[in-house]
Amino acid sequence: MLNGKSTCITGATRGIGLECANLFAENGSNLILLARNLESLNEIKKDLESKYSISVIVRSCDVKDETRIVEVFKELRKNKTPIDCLINNAGIMIDSTLQMTVRKNFDDVYLTNVYGSVLCAQQASKFMIRKRSGSIVNLSSIIGTNGNLGQTIYGSSKAAIIGFTKSLSKELAALNIRVNALAPGFIDTEMTRGMDEKFFKKNFDSIGMRRLGTPTDVAKVALFLASDLSEYVTGQIIGVDGGMII
Amino acid sequence: MSNNKKILEAFSEALQVEADIIHDALMYQSIPEWDSISHMVLITELEDVFDISIDIDDVIDMSSFAKAKEIISKHKITFD
Repeated sequence: MLNGKSTCITGATRGIGLECANLFAENGSNLILLARNLESLNEIKKDLESKYSISVIVRSCDVKDETRIVEVFKELRKNKTPIDCLINNAGIMIDSTLQMTVRKNFDDVYLTNVYGSVLCAQQASKFMIRKRSGSIVNLSSIIGTNGNLGQTIYGSSKAAIIGFTKSLSKELAALNIRVNALAPGFIDTEMTRGMDEKFFKKNFDSIGMRRLGTPTDVAKVALFLASDLSEYVTGQIIGVDGGMII
Repeated sequence: MSNNKKILEAFSEALQVEADIIHDALMYQSIPEWDSISHMVLITELEDVFDISIDIDDVIDMSSFAKAKEIISKHKITFD
């Protein structure tokens, strides 16, 4: 589905990012994988290149670090590495009610979830402008679309991604670059496994399909948005939540 | 090809205008063809033609054809 394409995935060592790497590789896309842990990235590269006929470039990159982001994308450009698709996946979740949220926590959440996504899109879109073609997939959340108690900072960071997606899609549409976002519900990742039992049960009980989502459920929709199957789809926020109600 | 000719061609290609309307005083948004969208295309075109990376501050500062030459000159590229 993505033969000959090149996809850049942030936060690629775990959860949804890692599953996107696997699924996109299976579908023929070359990969540029970014994450903080270079050791894990190298293991993933080795695994994917042994299984599929693709090339995988890995770079350590904390999306909170603007200098590093610019450096990585400059190097990719210098090496004439194309980017057809960006999966803006890197994100963190820190839960607390507003009155119990310290400044450092909202700096960390916003720097990672919002600034990181914006900066990566700013850099990657230049590659797409050159080709007058591309797809950017941002990771929002059902908490961004609906809000949730105890998640004001996380929820607002993911709501910012929705506004960013809709505006950027209008900015880049004339250049044939599509920008969409996914709004996953309750997905079985390290992030959700860290929740306390009561909070977990409350969320689980609100899922219409009565099962947790998997990273694969999300990666499949990311694949659709990255591929030509969605060539007339832009500016959309697609829920992947099994009918979850918040 | 001279750098003068290269930058003229880059502008012409990015803005989709004839080269003879491009001169030092040509300003960003002074013609319909040089809008915020084509400005993005122009930046990538200039980066490719001169094999440079243009920083965000310079993307914002590039307010005219003359200013574009000044910005590109910072990358040790000379114009007659």
